[in-house]
Amino acid sequence: MRDQVINVVLAGLGGQGVLKASDILADAALRTGLDVKKSEIKGMSQRGGSVTSDVRFGRKVLSPMVSPGEADYLLVLEPTQAEATKHYLKPGGVLITPDAVAVDQLPNKKSLNVALLGALSRHLPLPEVEWLGALREGFAAEFFDANRQAFLAGRAGQHPQKT
Amino acid sequence: MPSPKRQLLSGDEAIALAARHAGVALGAGYPGTPSTEILERFSELGGYGQWSPNEKVALEVAIGAAFGGARALATMKHVGLNVAADPLFTVAYTGVRGGLVVVSADDPGMASSQNEQDNRHYAVAAGVPMLEPGDSQEAYDFLLAAFEISERWNLPVILRATTRVCHSYTVMQPRSPNGPPKAPKFERDIRARVMIPANARPAHKRLRQKLTEIAEWNETCSLNCVTPGDNQLGIITSGISFMHAREAAPEASVLKLGFTHPLPIKKIAAFVKSVKRCIVIEEGDPYLVEAIRAAGIQVEGKAEIYRFGELNVPRVRRILNNDASPEPAAPPGKPPQLCDACQYRLVFEVLRQRDCIVAGDIGCYTLGVLKPFEAMDSCVCMGASLGVGLGLRHVLPPEQARRVVSVIGDSTFVHSGISGLVEMVYNPPADGHVLIILDNGTTAMTGHQEHPGTGRKLGHEPTNKLVVEDLARSLGVKRVHVVEPRLGSNEFERILDECLASRELCVIIARRPCILIIKRLRELEHCECETKEAPCATK
Repeated sequence: MRDQVINVVLAGLGGQGVLKASDILADAALRTGLDVKKSEIKGMSQRGGSVTSDVRFGRKVLSPMVSPGEADYLLVLEPTQAEATKHYLKPGGVLITPDAVAVDQLPNKKSLNVALLGALSRHLPLPEVEWLGALREGFAAEFFDANRQAFLAGRAGQHPQKT
Repeated sequence: MPSPKRQLLSGDEAIALAARHAGVALGAGYPGTPSTEILERFSELGGYGQWSPNEKVALEVAIGAAFGGARALATMKHVGLNVAADPLFTVAYTGVRGGLVVVSADDPGMASSQNEQDNRHYAVAAGVPMLEPGDSQEAYDFLLAAFEISERWNLPVILRATTRVCHSYTVMQPRSPNGPPKAPKFERDIRARVMIPANARPAHKRLRQKLTEIAEWNETCSLNCVTPGDNQLGIITSGISFMHAREAAPEASVLKLGFTHPLPIKKIAAFVKSVKRCIVIEEGDPYLVEAIRAAGIQVEGKAEIYRFGELNVPRVRRILNNDASPEPAAPPGKPPQLCDACQYRLVFEVLRQRDCIVAGDIGCYTLGVLKPFEAMDSCVCMGASLGVGLGLRHVLPPEQARRVVSVIGDSTFVHSGISGLVEMVYNPPADGHVLIILDNGTTAMTGHQEHPGTGRKLGHEPTNKLVVEDLARSLGVKRVHVVEPRLGSNEFERILDECLASRELCVIIARRPCILIIKRLRELEHCECETKEAPCATK
């Protein structure tokens, strides 16, 4: 895997934690020693508009942007955003939507973003310890437990849809 | 094993870190996407960073610091450099003593801007050196290099970044911080710094002489580097386009230009000679390709359609394949909108109901142009609502002129609306005019930065407060109203109707804090109360 670049696109609406989720993913990859790039357009994100974030990691990453048709994984926090971002997925790429986790069973619904990272993590060659390290670093101490639970729930959860 | 110093930083954060490591004594700017985070981070890292009323003042403050021998940084978005262009062109003549770097953060593709001007032209027009980083490591390294270049030739240097460089997070490693910079000290140099014509004429010649020397020095500068490859295809590129080009054509030989004004023409000529086909891959205007061709070097450029918007790997592949066929349109996302509880919704509803002709301005409230309001008729640049509204008032037939209002936010008003208000008082239209200042107590669009009207500085610490209504009255405006637009109250409507009917000069300040900062305001106010008795423990 070390020669291959893994492309993940995260999408949602402003306020859903898309950028936080991509921060955690990028940090988890960074912790394994891989090259990582993360790119996003966020100028209007606080006004409820669409937000997407691209995370790419591997031995050497060049462009910070995922090209349409080349995403290995598309993680969508808001189902309506799947249509606008599906063209990023490569043939056979994996779409992960909120259906991948039991939202009602999360300790806090705000941690949907982290639960979906848990679902994504099942596919990625990143050790659990690095994910948890990224979560610990990425959130204030009092929110770590809720986020760890959400992550592990997503990681243990049902299979995501294949496209 | 990764080095402990490996960090994943945005380009903006890397510039801020480099500014600290370069010993920058003062950073000044005005918030603007994608440049805003530079000064915020610089301040968090312990640097002295400040928001100025606008980019012109910010650059002038930075020039003063550099005249005093300190290293200074001015940050702005691309259109901000239009505002700061006046001092830029002449500080190129005066030169500086301490290093001076101007960060221009361009926005190709207009993620959050009113145009996609390519500020590389400013380096040529003003005659200043320019560096273009392509990732966070380069943003860091190039800022350090920019200060060295600035001090070596006593010239301001432009660090030209773009949205994808500013806002992409890439892995970088800082170098050891430099030793402490020289202590600021005033050294009189009247002929260099007082630009009366007698001094400016030789200064212009000095500038061109410096540029000739710099161009020669740039021929061997390590900021321009060749990635060797197949000699069938050569690519000349700069900034983020380098990353796209390397990915689109991994086999190609690539000359990456980091120091892009004045250009190393001999190095470029040698590279072009070394490959069979040579093509220039650059985002925005055909700056490099035209300069290279003007030097008599034959290179291919891109089709006109690639002047518009950002480049990415697929677009670079198309350029390399000479494919100028129409590109597939991306599916539309959900556009941003005024927040549900935003006080401006009411204002725009009222303006729509009255069929006002609205000269608008730059900020969140520009979203008043979208459905369901569609209550904005123009938006040109920061502060233009005043002048444009007044011009309309002067020429339209009376029944239309009387419906014209200018709408501007508080931060934008301070930035460049004040001189428009002076214009309103100085050249009043026959039927008066109505200015509405939407005062939400923050620079909301760019992420809630302070400004002179909030009474708080960049780090939210208290300072003197500009009182907009006092300013308007002192300029001679008789009708100045302050009103809180609220659901269930028709006070705003009533005052607006009165003002529209008065045919006098009116300023309505619609004041209510942005709902997104109410929590922060409470904390700050609480903190300020506490500090009167004891030091505050919270940040």
